[in-house]
Amino acid sequence: MRRRMRGVAVAAIALTSVMTMAACAKDSGGGTNSNTGTGAACEFAEAPSAPATSNTSAAAGDKVDASALKIGLAYDIGGRGDASFNDSAAAGLDKAIADMGVKKENTRELSAAPNEDESAKQTRLRQLASEGFNPIIGVGFAYAESMKLVAAEFPAVKFGLVDSAVEGATNVTPLLFAEQEGSFLAGVIAAYQSKKCHVGFVGGVEIPLIQKFEAGYFQGAQAAAPKIQVEKKYITPAGDFTGFQDAPKGQEAAKGQIDKGADVIYQAAGASGKGIFSAAKQAGVLAIGVDSDQYNQATVADTKDVIVSSMLKRVDVAVYDFVKAVAKNDLASLPKVFDLKVNGVGYATSGGKIDAKLQGILEGYKAQIIEGKIKVKDKP
Amino acid sequence: MGHLRGKLLPPALAIVFSMLLCGVALIISGANPLSAFGAMISQVGKGTTTVDIINSTGIYYIAALAVAIGFQMNLFNIGVEGQYRVAAVVAAVVGGSIALPPGIHTLVIIIAGALAGAAWAAIPAILKVTRGVNEVISTIMMNGLAIGLSAYLIRRDVFGELRGNNIRTAEIPESGWMPGISFGGGGTMFGFLFVAIALGVGYWIMMNRTRFGFELRASGESATAASAGGVNAKKMVLVSMLLSGAIAGLIGLPEMLGRDHTFSLNFTAGIGFSGIAIALLGRNHPGGIAFGALLWAFLDKSGLALDNVGVPREIVTIMQGSIVLSVVVAYEVVRRFELASEQRRVGRELGTVGGAA
Repeated sequence: MRRRMRGVAVAAIALTSVMTMAACAKDSGGGTNSNTGTGAACEFAEAPSAPATSNTSAAAGDKVDASALKIGLAYDIGGRGDASFNDSAAAGLDKAIADMGVKKENTRELSAAPNEDESAKQTRLRQLASEGFNPIIGVGFAYAESMKLVAAEFPAVKFGLVDSAVEGATNVTPLLFAEQEGSFLAGVIAAYQSKKCHVGFVGGVEIPLIQKFEAGYFQGAQAAAPKIQVEKKYITPAGDFTGFQDAPKGQEAAKGQIDKGADVIYQAAGASGKGIFSAAKQAGVLAIGVDSDQYNQATVADTKDVIVSSMLKRVDVAVYDFVKAVAKNDLASLPKVFDLKVNGVGYATSGGKIDAKLQGILEGYKAQIIEGKIKVKDKP
Repeated sequence: MGHLRGKLLPPALAIVFSMLLCGVALIISGANPLSAFGAMISQVGKGTTTVDIINSTGIYYIAALAVAIGFQMNLFNIGVEGQYRVAAVVAAVVGGSIALPPGIHTLVIIIAGALAGAAWAAIPAILKVTRGVNEVISTIMMNGLAIGLSAYLIRRDVFGELRGNNIRTAEIPESGWMPGISFGGGGTMFGFLFVAIALGVGYWIMMNRTRFGFELRASGESATAASAGGVNAKKMVLVSMLLSGAIAGLIGLPEMLGRDHTFSLNFTAGIGFSGIAIALLGRNHPGGIAFGALLWAFLDKSGLALDNVGVPREIVTIMQGSIVLSVVVAYEVVRRFELASEQRRVGRELGTVGGAA
């Protein structure tokens, strides 16, 4: 009996050690692809020249009246106040209230809790739909499955879904972004701002969406300075979404990269980004924000002096344009992907750390991406 | 009578107390507690909420049973959280990669889940019986490993596939699904609920009618007395941990077999920790756990109404936390009260022993 037990034990230990080794293998490859020592500023690749005229701004103008609309927003984890992704969507709603006559009392904002199941998301969307909200906007790809179901129950309601498409649902409008294109420019900014030619990336959760940010950033940094050293770190692995709202862990992750020598950190970590800014401030290095123009966000105002720029993911534009398109009954006018071309992604210049020279370089890269001369990868 | 009162009074007191506490918290935050509680109760009749509550009850019930088996012998399996996560990935991968006739396919998925859960629980169990490693520490650490392992397994270059911005395992073909009971617009009740009920009955029979259950409870009451009575303590630890892990392995399956048919980034987390609270609340009794699971599910699902009336939903978390804390206190208070009244009664009877016939 005892011997048999021991046999089982040995087998189980052997099995589990194989499993854990497999799990660990993932981490060991992490991080850098360095090939130079650090300490000096980068040698830059020749930058493409800026286009003669800066890109034309979208035709503003025609006044749209959306005062009859009741708008429902279902946020992802973090909700209004995350200074990042959700706040960008909230800004779009606020602009719709200010510009298009939408009444504040005719809007409702609900937000997701971490660890909730599908049925909670369904209930949230169903609550909005059954109380007459139309259009309803799901902020975040996590709503894809639940929106598919609820949209079928309410065929007359127009749904918008940020970051995901829903197959077979005609009343769901996907609002997709080319995050990798904006992140490419963030990589260029990081390379030019780094004094030691050593930069970092902190992602919230290691999911395909955030990997798009990583891929673009790496490509951009390496395009600007081929010998640059780039660190990367994700706060939590896929499936553990707490990485988007854990500022202390974000601070640790950034501190680790700073200790290794990185002096510009780009973060795509939702509400955890606050911790990354704190770490940068403590160490006296720079950071690049994400989604919203974080230099102007009240919740991170105490660390704004480290924010060189932010990769803008204009969820606000998407939300605003979607509401406008619904009011005009012209959903076909929305772009398939909000990319650099339609200013759906971009970079912020608030704070004045991006000088005219760098801005020229950035516009050059931007023009090349828009023309298709540079193809930005969306996978690392 | 007094026995029953001793069992039912503490949870009732705890619920009343936590409602009062939440009421105070709501008043302080400037909301009306009556309208908040009213919104929660009226939410039950709306949309699919009733069915969602029942479904969620079944899931919490399985989780709490998994925890309770360990609790019966003072074994704190905090690792249910990780066990069910790992088991769910394994079950989804197995289910998505094989083709079998309906029924058998489902059964294979269930067995795969149970085995994977047991295997994950076996690690802390073996560490405890061979090296004396405290299972609280090891299971908590295993939870961290479980998240890493499941994230690895659904990578695109392992078993995952990309769908929009989500990643998930291959979809389980229809032959592996478990049919539910549809209420049309009211939602679909998971067929797995019947498995949950069967598990509850099985748990009661095992605890009260089998030698193993007796030995388990004896080890819990007094490990030294039990081993003096011929119970092999190490074997009990191993078996109960494996059993706990196997049941934990089923937690993710009601949603997977009845609704999602895959393991994706949207996988519901945190059920294992709720299971611990519910097992405490239900005092490891299959009936008590059912009640606790129902209460938890009600708070979870009807709490979604709170945002709609402008009350922060976190109030539900406060309520759940205060229920668990106050139920522990209430049991102790009632126990002392019962003890005192017992003493008085005995004293009275002794004093009037001549008069009583």
